[in-house]
Amino acid sequence: MKCRKCENKASIHMRQHKLALCKEHYLEWIPEQTERFIKKYEMFTHEEKILVAVSGGKDSLSLWDILIKLGYQADGLYLGLGIDSGINYSHESQRLAEKYANENNLKLHVVDIEKEFGQSIPVLAEISHRGYMRPCAVCGLAKRHEMNRIARDLGYDVLATGHNLDDEAAVLFGNTLNWSSEFLLRQGPVLPASSSGLARKVKPLCRFYEREMTAYAIMRGIEYIYEECPFADGSQSIFYKEMLNQLETVRPGAKLIFYLNFLEAKKCGNLFIEKNVEQQNLHPCPKCGQPTSTPDLCSFCRMIEKAKAETV
Amino acid sequence: MTVKLILRDKEYEVRPGMALLDALKKNNIVPESVIATRDGEIITDDEVLRSGDVVKLIAVISGG
Repeated sequence: MKCRKCENKASIHMRQHKLALCKEHYLEWIPEQTERFIKKYEMFTHEEKILVAVSGGKDSLSLWDILIKLGYQADGLYLGLGIDSGINYSHESQRLAEKYANENNLKLHVVDIEKEFGQSIPVLAEISHRGYMRPCAVCGLAKRHEMNRIARDLGYDVLATGHNLDDEAAVLFGNTLNWSSEFLLRQGPVLPASSSGLARKVKPLCRFYEREMTAYAIMRGIEYIYEECPFADGSQSIFYKEMLNQLETVRPGAKLIFYLNFLEAKKCGNLFIEKNVEQQNLHPCPKCGQPTSTPDLCSFCRMIEKAKAETV
Repeated sequence: MTVKLILRDKEYEVRPGMALLDALKKNNIVPESVIATRDGEIITDDEVLRSGDVVKLIAVISGG
């Protein structure tokens, strides 16, 4: 397979875009596309100060890397969660986040939850009895709380997270299965700031597949934590991601369409608005007389007309 | 010699001459969930695997 831009051997094939690129052109394409999404969704400008939530994983480190490459003012925030589970998970994540910051001469704020609030995330979860046998709910709550606090206290204009399309599609899938209308209406590439003190939150990688971000991190030589969070094993979001990837293998582009059509429906106000069929602009089809909302012939008659025309 | 696919702590053997995509499917590995590297370089799924190849598969899914 050859690169569409230079005919050299391709390193990645993105079947949903029918696009294959070599390493050199892929490393140009990802930042170009990110810039396009930042502008399209009006996430932030070059004049604004961005705080990137950095976990030591491939997505957040890649996001930081891309934003710096694009010339944005982006500092990092690492939250120490105190997750050990025999593999020193948090310690290793922090080491990699600090390594990236030091090597690139970037500012990284480090907040240790245990030092700040007296308990690590797993202990807080145990004490508070939140979540179903996992500390994930407490972890999410603490991260949202602390990211917002630091962004606000340190005067950042916007908080950027490394959520990719697979993250977004998995959340969307879960919320759709449950018809969680409130969550569905809140999901998107940008969560605006509120007068009550919530910082603006943005997801510049929300249109890249997880596979693409992994490829970017590898090609850029970014050292990230490969080990999964020990508490993520068997989680619902990972299960949904695996299911969606099976669908994607059979129907390339399914994840992208699922997410983008959702955003479009939300933007157009087509989510959860009960339509009164009688009130739609129905008129009788001039051919069959049945009600239709399409101009002129109804869809069925148009199809029949087309079929007749093609068989003549 | 066969071709070896390595994904985390699991190893799979396939016969040379197969395309990577077919090799993944044959072993029930979802192609969308991995990035394949050979000698440290990423390879595309149409790549024909040669005798003695060792392909390291990098799992892409993360999050909880």
